[in-house]
Amino acid sequence: MRNVEQTTQEVLELAAKHFQVPAGSLAADDDFFKKLGINSLQALELLSRLENHFGIELPDYEVQGVSDFRTLASRIQTRL
Amino acid sequence: MKSFTGETLRWEWNEGVVHLTLDREPANEIGTAMLVELEKFVGAFDALAAETSVCIISSAKKHGFSAGADLRELYNGAASLSGGERVAGVRKFLERIHAVLNAIDAAPFVTIAAVHGICFGGGLELALACDIIIADKMARFAFPELRLGLIPGFGGIPRLKRDLGNAFVRDLLFTGRSVNATRAQAVGLVSQLAAEGEAVNVARSNAGQIKKFDAVARVAAKKFIKPIPHEELRREIDIFCDLFTRPAVMAALKKFVESTDAMPYLP
Repeated sequence: MRNVEQTTQEVLELAAKHFQVPAGSLAADDDFFKKLGINSLQALELLSRLENHFGIELPDYEVQGVSDFRTLASRIQTRL
Repeated sequence: MKSFTGETLRWEWNEGVVHLTLDREPANEIGTAMLVELEKFVGAFDALAAETSVCIISSAKKHGFSAGADLRELYNGAASLSGGERVAGVRKFLERIHAVLNAIDAAPFVTIAAVHGICFGGGLELALACDIIIADKMARFAFPELRLGLIPGFGGIPRLKRDLGNAFVRDLLFTGRSVNATRAQAVGLVSQLAAEGEAVNVARSNAGQIKKFDAVARVAAKKFIKPIPHEELRREIDIFCDLFTRPAVMAALKKFVESTDAMPYLP
């Protein structure tokens, strides 16, 4: 079972890979909308990527209002 | 007409398969321009029927199959009208899109929706009119209409109920959540999963198999197992139009259209 730190690290790595930014350029407390310059449709792509990777379902309403990787990872952690 | 290239879509016929590609910026929103070209497409069915076994519908747009109805056109078209004119305009549009989707639903060949990315609202309703949905692993499905104070208006509820039953309809409707391709396959909405970017190739593989079978038996089977729920579709239009008269709906549409929220598509 992953702990939340491991989950956060995997989220950062997946986001960096998906949006093709250098690994290590993203930090847990970054606002991913601002840092990555993504829109709502791209956020949904990331949600699908995360669900597929972690083998979970994360309803959209649980991530509405979430904009930093750390909080996103904590939401995922509750579904693992 | 074996091939056509319009402003919002194109199709081409090749060896018994007609491939319709949706191609309208930004995410294949279904408004009047796409409706007109979809009417042209279904108008070609009679001519295509004799030598067509399969129709594949897919999207050329990166973000997905379709984000659904063109809400900006809906709002801008309705905003300047009185209540009665507003509902009449919406009803006319719904009657036309229902005619198109009923034609696709009853097409004299097998229809396959090859889905990637978002397949929301009216986009999901288009996919539901098809016989088979093949989705790549990044596809997502949703009916977000309740957040606007509406129900799906392009036949989504009766068709999803026909194919899967009411429980999943209620889940999608009442939560407004989007579900991923794995979940959609688990509930029976998606027939087959494809790797990322491979939905069309998997659809073509299916078409190759489908073409082998007797056309008369195929048409008879389709009529037998896929009745169109006409009465419920009519009621859906009536309920949508009733809901559309409420000021709260125009207010919600205005908020959506003018939104600077980073996530306007999320319910």
